[in-house]
Amino acid sequence: MKRRNLLATAAMGLSLALTGGAFAQGLDKVKACFVYVGPIGDGGWTYQHHQGAMALKEKFGDKVEIQYQESVPEGADAERVLTQMALGGCNIIFTTSFGYMDATNAVAAKFPNVKFEHATGFRRDYPNVSTYNARFYEGRAVEGLIAGRMTKSNKIGYIGSFPIPEVIMGINSYYLSAKKVNPNVELSVVWAFTWFDPAKEADAAKALIDQGVDVIASHTDSTAPLAEAAKTDGKVIGFGQASDMAEYKDGPRVTSIIDNWGPYYIERVGALLDGTYEQKDTWAGIAGGEVLIGEITDKVPADVKAEAEALRDSIAAGTYHPFTGPINKQDGSPWLAEGQVAPDADLLGMNFYVEGIVGDIPQ
Amino acid sequence: MLRLEKRPTPSRFWLYATPPAAVILTMIAGGTLFAAMGKAPLEVIRTIFWDPIFGEFAFYLRGQLLVKAGPLILIAIGLALGFRAGIWNIGAEGQYIMGAIFGASVGLAVFPTESRWIFSVMVVSGAFGGWVWAMIPAILKTRFNTNEILVSLMLVYVAETILAKASTGFLKNPEGMGFPGSRNFSSYPAARNDFIYEPLGLHWGGVAALVTAVLAFILLTRHQVGFQIRLAGQAPRAARFHGINPARLVVLCMGISGALAGMAGLFEVTGPAGQISIDFNTGYGFTAIIVAFLGRLNPLGIVLAGFLMALTYVGGEMASTNLGLPDAAIQVFQGMLLFFLLAVDVLTNYRFRLAVGARA
Repeated sequence: MKRRNLLATAAMGLSLALTGGAFAQGLDKVKACFVYVGPIGDGGWTYQHHQGAMALKEKFGDKVEIQYQESVPEGADAERVLTQMALGGCNIIFTTSFGYMDATNAVAAKFPNVKFEHATGFRRDYPNVSTYNARFYEGRAVEGLIAGRMTKSNKIGYIGSFPIPEVIMGINSYYLSAKKVNPNVELSVVWAFTWFDPAKEADAAKALIDQGVDVIASHTDSTAPLAEAAKTDGKVIGFGQASDMAEYKDGPRVTSIIDNWGPYYIERVGALLDGTYEQKDTWAGIAGGEVLIGEITDKVPADVKAEAEALRDSIAAGTYHPFTGPINKQDGSPWLAEGQVAPDADLLGMNFYVEGIVGDIPQ
Repeated sequence: MLRLEKRPTPSRFWLYATPPAAVILTMIAGGTLFAAMGKAPLEVIRTIFWDPIFGEFAFYLRGQLLVKAGPLILIAIGLALGFRAGIWNIGAEGQYIMGAIFGASVGLAVFPTESRWIFSVMVVSGAFGGWVWAMIPAILKTRFNTNEILVSLMLVYVAETILAKASTGFLKNPEGMGFPGSRNFSSYPAARNDFIYEPLGLHWGGVAALVTAVLAFILLTRHQVGFQIRLAGQAPRAARFHGINPARLVVLCMGISGALAGMAGLFEVTGPAGQISIDFNTGYGFTAIIVAFLGRLNPLGIVLAGFLMALTYVGGEMASTNLGLPDAAIQVFQGMLLFFLLAVDVLTNYRFRLAVGARA
């Protein structure tokens, strides 16, 4: 008897999840769920997505319910977490790391009435999968300019996470911008092969500092590289990554790239509420407010600060693109001709360094 | 005053009572922790231990239990054979990775050939990969008397580096737009480890785990090798008098545990995980050590322990998502389980005595 009841409840749960409600008319209440790759206290990437979720809650109040799961490994476990969320009645699920791409699309196939939003991915196999990303390379250009102007040893560094286009794009943008203001600059890249592992990130920063690098940019999620730079008595500077990391303002942090996901989350959930939701691929940058440049501290001389702000504003205005030709690939073969601007497709599949960067992308 | 006194023989009662006692103590201590965090302790514990089996979404989650328990059981059984003989293979995680890489390489090398032999050959290659990786510490131990704990553990990090190389290099999906990771086996039917019966989460890995448990049980209780393993662990001197060659036993036990871990890796990469990726390994090889001890190094106990561990994972995720518990609290909860197991285990070999009036 009991068993039958349970099965009936289960079947009801499934059918509820499958029908979900009519989207065309909009929903009265949205359950928005978030899958995070790290802990919300990482102070960087995941923290910033969670801030976006909080902004969403603040905006819509009782009309939105937030659920989230921290530190979900990319792979088989992600698929289970997503299925649980879809079964649990989530109307829209944001999967906030590149590695959730296969899992997101696989689960989306089974729950056509649940909306899936995959950050930094490129696959939208089903009509209920949208992708979103931010043009972080625009922020990298501003960092590169400051790095090129501020370095005394002419050695600047970059902590890479994984050799994916997203990261390679950031490295290239950072280097091109630094090289433009300081032709003698040399770039060292260290690969951490992790998004979040403070110990490995600190080791990577240490390795760069030992090589004589005095400006460090990082593409990992924690504050560990800044903590490492802080031990050098002001000799080494760095940048807040993904989040402002304002606690290092008096120390090595001279500015930051802030991922501002709130407006996007509010827009998408808002569209679900009023029934205007559509599948799409979003890639906004400084102009769209998704990428913010954090306060530039007084450690940076006023003229450099003004130059960096001017660069930021020209990117926002659309008058300057960080990848404007002539640019050659590392092997010397031409990529962009004089005045040519990089097409988005080239950037999204970027698997080469630009000319002047020493070293190989791990293959 | 209480004092500990060694028992003349290990207590059979506590041998079997330890795991349930540890689970109950974990629930009490964990519940206290959850209460201190402002969550309703009974609700959390119900979510972790009850809901995945009998709750609203059990029809899906029950299957996930075997998916999660399968590799744990398979690896833990291999480890238990060694642990019983006093051979400490701590590097199953590395053997698991190497099994996946070997097996996946074979499958991807013949992509997109369709033949029903491919998957079987891949399973054998996976087992071989894990075996090779376990032979390194085994041979170093028998030849140069190195410590297998250290060598096998260090080889995990070597395997992780090879895994990163594989996903960004020699196994990278040529159609993956430059992103790291191999082709996905879900779109390669001949090499796919599909569900045999999805509601139970049964795929070939689960079948292998359950069959291995029975075979290992027979080996330990009925076969001469099983006797040698037990004797070597309990009385190494007697084992030598009995003519057991310790070097042979090291090679055998390391080999079996390596091959089983390698197979687990292969079943995982072709099934639930789907592809070789940089963080393909999620710690099964280490968690299996807990499972082996929780199951009292007994193959049938390990099956139960594997499911219990899977329950804390699946239920822990539920508690985390639905009740807003931080991930770290769930990890502490799982850690408590091992802690209490080891703590209560003292009672198997020792007993408490009132010191007052008792003779030393």
